[in-house]
Amino acid sequence: MFIPDFFAQALNGLSYGVLLFLLSVGLTLIFGMLDVINLAHGSFYMLGAYAGLATLAVTGNFWLAVLAAPLAVGLIGALMERVCLRSLYRRSPLDQVLLTFGFIYLFEDVVKWIWGGKIRSIPPPEVFSGSVSFFGATVPSYRLFMIVFGLAMAMVLWLLIERTRLGAIIRAGVFDAEMSAGMGINIDRVFTGVFAFGAALGGLSGVIAGPIQSASPPMGAGILIPALIVVVVGGLGSLKGSLVGSLIIGQAETFGKAWLPGSSMVIIYVVMALVVLFRPQGLFGRALK
Amino acid sequence: MIARLLGIAALVAGVAAFPAVAGAYPVKLLQEILIWGIFAMSLDLLMGYAGMVSFGHSAFFGIGAYVAAFALKQTPHLLSALVLPALVTAVAALIIGFCSIRTSGVYFIMLTLAFSQMFFAYAFQAAWLGAEDGVFGVPRPRLLGLDLANPTAFHLYLVALAGLAVLVLWRIVGSPFGHVLRGIHENEGRMEAVGYAVQRYKLVAFVTAGTVGGMAGALYTQLNLTISPDAFYWTTSGEALLMVIIGGTGTLWGSLLGAAAFILLQSLVSSYTERWMLILGLTFILFVLFAPGGMVGALRGRVGRRA
Repeated sequence: MFIPDFFAQALNGLSYGVLLFLLSVGLTLIFGMLDVINLAHGSFYMLGAYAGLATLAVTGNFWLAVLAAPLAVGLIGALMERVCLRSLYRRSPLDQVLLTFGFIYLFEDVVKWIWGGKIRSIPPPEVFSGSVSFFGATVPSYRLFMIVFGLAMAMVLWLLIERTRLGAIIRAGVFDAEMSAGMGINIDRVFTGVFAFGAALGGLSGVIAGPIQSASPPMGAGILIPALIVVVVGGLGSLKGSLVGSLIIGQAETFGKAWLPGSSMVIIYVVMALVVLFRPQGLFGRALK
Repeated sequence: MIARLLGIAALVAGVAAFPAVAGAYPVKLLQEILIWGIFAMSLDLLMGYAGMVSFGHSAFFGIGAYVAAFALKQTPHLLSALVLPALVTAVAALIIGFCSIRTSGVYFIMLTLAFSQMFFAYAFQAAWLGAEDGVFGVPRPRLLGLDLANPTAFHLYLVALAGLAVLVLWRIVGSPFGHVLRGIHENEGRMEAVGYAVQRYKLVAFVTAGTVGGMAGALYTQLNLTISPDAFYWTTSGEALLMVIIGGTGTLWGSLLGAAAFILLQSLVSSYTERWMLILGLTFILFVLFAPGGMVGALRGRVGRRA
């Protein structure tokens, strides 16, 4: 009885962790590049879920929704960077953080305007609507799909950033944007690209989360905090940190809910506080100045 | 100078006498402006003067509010209404400050945000704090034989405390301590090189701001006679931040002005449309983009050009 239950919880935690990874990796990439912590990142997650919902309503195809949501949200991100954030690069990064804070209100209310405030569910695709049982534990097959998909995305991202020319440009920009510009890289375009890419990942995580979390306008503000905690635990600007942090927080939250139902919400903050106390820069972060 | 003093005196008298000429709803709005004004000013001390942008100021608002609620239910005394909430928030600010001032910039933002959310998460689930519903039926305190359940007495009490908060913060900002904070804001490394114990100054600023913020929370409980975990939620910090930015960072008056603008706009807009959040978000974005000095900055700019 205990072992299957434990196993099922661990898989649930893993699927939630993978979701957090997709979200926080965009946050960490944008920070690495632009030095901005994008507080509207949770909003991208929400916009992704609703873009998926809209695609689903028109086409009825979940996979098209998975394709369309990141494209739509990436476009919104590119616009946001071009039109608003760009003009603030000469000011302190804090002004940009404050700007992204304003967008939380904007996005949430626009979505409420268009779709209403009700909670909408996104059905999982036909193939993954059942559940699988092994070792005596029953797990929705959609969760297994999430785990495989998320880990595959982590792999793809790692290859993209460490093994391609584009990745080298991004790494150079993260290391020293001004110097990269001096070497003839169009850093403006890279900034927009990275912001749009991070936004697209946020949108992707939103539509992927749809079948297990459903969609509602406040979901963006709700997921922002766990995503920030992941980044604090893993270390800002580190891909590896974002993966490890997500997996830790995913498990902490899931096991907290199962074992300490009365104080489950506090667990992830305890984890964060411990990390901050002993390693302020996060598990894989660069040492703080 | 004399004109300015007279102006301030007239303003205070007007605010104090407001219930004599206005109905219950405008008076309630004014009282909310006073309380949020105190809260916004305390945040401004932190972000506008010491340069520490905190997204977790709601932690202190909530702690002050909850402590006042429980203490007043025990005994409706001045100690429960003000002294105990102030002490508890000061201790909390000391602990949170100790953990977070070692970092700066975005890390500081995220840490303070996470700490305040931790309190929210706890209050939301803890049965002894009333969980989701919070605390109801809090009595107003008695003060020197004066029963503050009387609306006029309560209004004067609020005005007096808001005035006191302005005075204290104004003195702090103008003191040598305040100048050191501004120096840290400008160039932390230089202040350290000159020989100031920067971390200690930051911690004292954090605790002061937290304590004043806690007082605002305690007053909020006494105004509404109930408190829910939402007091801790990050939107509470966010709204205070909006007030400070819209009013003008680094000017105490600006925070009061920002609080007034925010609350008046909110009550005005929400009586016409449901799109309050959209308008709020847009206003805020426009201010950050085009008027980083806030309302005070914009006013000063115009006055400067005319002169």
